[in-house]
Amino acid sequence: MRLILVVLALSVLPQSGFAAEVGFPLFEMTPDLEDQGSLQRGAKIYMNYCLGCHSLQYQRYKRTAEDLGVPESLMLEHLVFDPNTKIGDPIKNTISKDNAKAWFGAVPPDLTLYTQLKGGPEYLYTYLLTFYEDSQRPLGANNLVYENVGMPHALLELQGVQKKVCKQIPKLAANGGEMMDPLSQNYITEEVCGLELIERGYSPLELVENSGQLTAEGYEQVVYDLTNFLYYVGDPSRLERERTGVFVLIFLAFFFVPAYLLAREYKKEFH
Amino acid sequence: MSESSVNSGRRNFLLGATAVVGAGGVAGLAVPFVGSWSPSARALAAGAPIKVDISRLEPGEILGPIPAWRDKPVFVFRRSETMLAQLDERPERLADPASERQQQPSYAKNSTRSIRPDIAVLIGLCTHLSCSPKYRPAIEPQEFDPEWAGGFYCPCHGSKFDLAGRVYQGVPAPSNLEVPPHYYESDNVVVIGEDEGVA
Amino acid sequence: MSAIEQSFKNVMAWIDDRLPVTEAYEKHLSKYYAPKNLNIWYYFGIFSFLVLANQLLTGIWLTMSYVPTGEEAFASVEYIMRDVEYGWMLRYMHSTGASAFFVVVYLHMFRGLLYGSYQKPRELIWILGMLIYIALMAEGFFGYLLPWGNMSFWGAQVIVSLASAIPLVGEDLAIWVRGDFNMSGVTLNRFFALHVVLVPLFLLVLVVLHVLALHEVGSNNPDGVDIKKTTDDTGKPLDGMPFHPYFTIGKLPGIIIFLFLFCAVMFFYPDGGGYLIEHPNYEPADPLKTPELIAPVWYYTPFYSMLRAATFPLFGLDAKFWGLVVMAGAIILPIVLPWLDKSPVKSIRYKGMGSKVMLGLFVIAFFILGYLGTVHPTPLRTLMAQICTGIYFAYFLLMPWYTAVEKTKPVPDRVTM
Repeated sequence: MRLILVVLALSVLPQSGFAAEVGFPLFEMTPDLEDQGSLQRGAKIYMNYCLGCHSLQYQRYKRTAEDLGVPESLMLEHLVFDPNTKIGDPIKNTISKDNAKAWFGAVPPDLTLYTQLKGGPEYLYTYLLTFYEDSQRPLGANNLVYENVGMPHALLELQGVQKKVCKQIPKLAANGGEMMDPLSQNYITEEVCGLELIERGYSPLELVENSGQLTAEGYEQVVYDLTNFLYYVGDPSRLERERTGVFVLIFLAFFFVPAYLLAREYKKEFH
Repeated sequence: MSESSVNSGRRNFLLGATAVVGAGGVAGLAVPFVGSWSPSARALAAGAPIKVDISRLEPGEILGPIPAWRDKPVFVFRRSETMLAQLDERPERLADPASERQQQPSYAKNSTRSIRPDIAVLIGLCTHLSCSPKYRPAIEPQEFDPEWAGGFYCPCHGSKFDLAGRVYQGVPAPSNLEVPPHYYESDNVVVIGEDEGVA
Repeated sequence: MSAIEQSFKNVMAWIDDRLPVTEAYEKHLSKYYAPKNLNIWYYFGIFSFLVLANQLLTGIWLTMSYVPTGEEAFASVEYIMRDVEYGWMLRYMHSTGASAFFVVVYLHMFRGLLYGSYQKPRELIWILGMLIYIALMAEGFFGYLLPWGNMSFWGAQVIVSLASAIPLVGEDLAIWVRGDFNMSGVTLNRFFALHVVLVPLFLLVLVVLHVLALHEVGSNNPDGVDIKKTTDDTGKPLDGMPFHPYFTIGKLPGIIIFLFLFCAVMFFYPDGGGYLIEHPNYEPADPLKTPELIAPVWYYTPFYSMLRAATFPLFGLDAKFWGLVVMAGAIILPIVLPWLDKSPVKSIRYKGMGSKVMLGLFVIAFFILGYLGTVHPTPLRTLMAQICTGIYFAYFLLMPWYTAVEKTKPVPDRVTM
């Protein structure tokens, strides 16, 4: 999968005028819907940092509260900022489409089904980790998995500033091994930038120290929780479905026993 | 096909067992089909309690436009002193003057069928076949009743109710108009759809 | 005889005088003799019945909450998935059922090829079956537009645009089918009517005819032996057993295994990694944005590959037209199969090497075409698709030759177990 993405990245050139999506090897992300704490933290981050622009129009506050184990009153008090919103309402914002278009160049998409659309949570997870400073962009931010993205880095104050850098990494020998200086036992390095760095397994981004409120690990946790939450929102009946599925399969296995013995009983007549 | 090889006792037992388990499976399969007919989350959200402002409601007036709770019309009206005075004059004309049958929360089980004597809150659907009765507050003879003392008249099948929503004798409707759960958030705001202190 | 039994008999006699219920029961169930040697391949007809019932029931239930308009369709599917109680289950039963339908129907058809079930006297069963298959493809196609996701939109866009390949009238025809200058809510609305009313009606009638035709001549079997030739004194086929109860009950364990597999997919992999519900369908139809890769759902991909395999003009007509001809031909050609097979035997067991090799190649080519339809075309892949398309057509068009010249084995008088 990753290889394919890299190949795609090389073959697809960003078209002018459009924000083109360029392949970047996605980070692993294993969602955990049983972890209500993570989902609750994710919901909180979402309401504070994302909802301003991105609705979850197919998802209701009430359902979210039930599934995340949050009492409705607490939900209304801490996670719903519009006093006219009722618990049964869908999670929508009031941003005007025209304004959004003027500010970001495009209307921010609804994110209810975003993880489904991307075939899993990995894309979103990686996307949120790979914003970097880019003075060429109107809002000063660019992204590794979504080249020339219109969206600013909404979690900048948490993560801090990331810069795209070139790095000194070990040179590769003809046989593919990393070259080492036999005398000093140090790697022979070369400066590598951009996609090549990614292909060699290095991140082309570097965090400016102490520029954000959270540590790198803390920020990763925030992104995990947020992605986990959006993964839940993508298909909120997933847990119920899987539980029902286990029950149904056990029932069918149980049903098989008398049915099989009965069929054998009838078959005997002919053998 | 040798009949002798058939062990009919064992066969019947297995038939029974398979049928019982299979019937359980069919019942389980019916659950999503039956369940999906219940009110959806959207219907439940749309059926949430409503708030009604009664500050501008004059005596004798019914609140318009008619508010809707769970898509049903709700009659909110303010009774004048005259209206209140003649409510108990002729109880023999009513089928259930003391509201013995349950069509109201306990706080409305009184002669005005309301929390406050002046304000009435009623579901505006006839208890006969769910047409919406017309508000006829004037105390004057009507085509359908020469001794009309004000109330509601259902155009569908001629049922009559007084100004407390109590049904008359000798009409198709079997019981008084329903009083929905409600409470007063303040003097001028009534919340319709839930009892006080539930949410 | 108890009084209850006696009165039941009287009631049945009364009904039978007016409607032949008992006669039908005996003809189609208790005295319908099916061969004893039917193997696993003979399950798929029953499975397709099951899936058909599933599709009809869940489909009817889905229409109760679905809204067939351009503005509401996408949101109404999410409404079903989230707000309607058990809506997700009904929807996934239907979407998984669609794929399951094609799985069992393809296997059922392959069984026909394997054991020569299309040969005399079962030509009509085969033709009716092919019509069912074509109706099913239409049903799937119309149904796929209904979620009004972006893949729904562009998939239908591509197929409807095919009509424009027809010389002279094509463009106007495409506009007429859409009812608009591009795919729109108007198209959606008519596809909805076709999907939930017209095509299912056709399907049901065809299925009834398919079964009636089958019961007229009886089931074929893996040996291709006619079981009616060898009967006992009372006229019962020695190699047959009554369909009910021996098959109805005998197949129950297999049915449960099928349900188990179906539920495993439906509850745990409902979008099948993007093969059963494609990822771009999670965003609403957008006439200005084509998904990165337009791939039809897997059950159409072999034919989609053949469509794309036509890359060069011929006889002054462009490649687009020939793509349509190749695809339509590939779908329609198998109808005449009963008259292409010149072999004196039915079953592959007794046919010669030519038939075996060609059937093997045919299956492999069909799978490769299916795979190629899910990926971007490259020059190499297009060449492969062209070769496989050739094999597909060769299987049918060369059949009169290779089935006539090959050496067959003798067919036994009785079925082998």
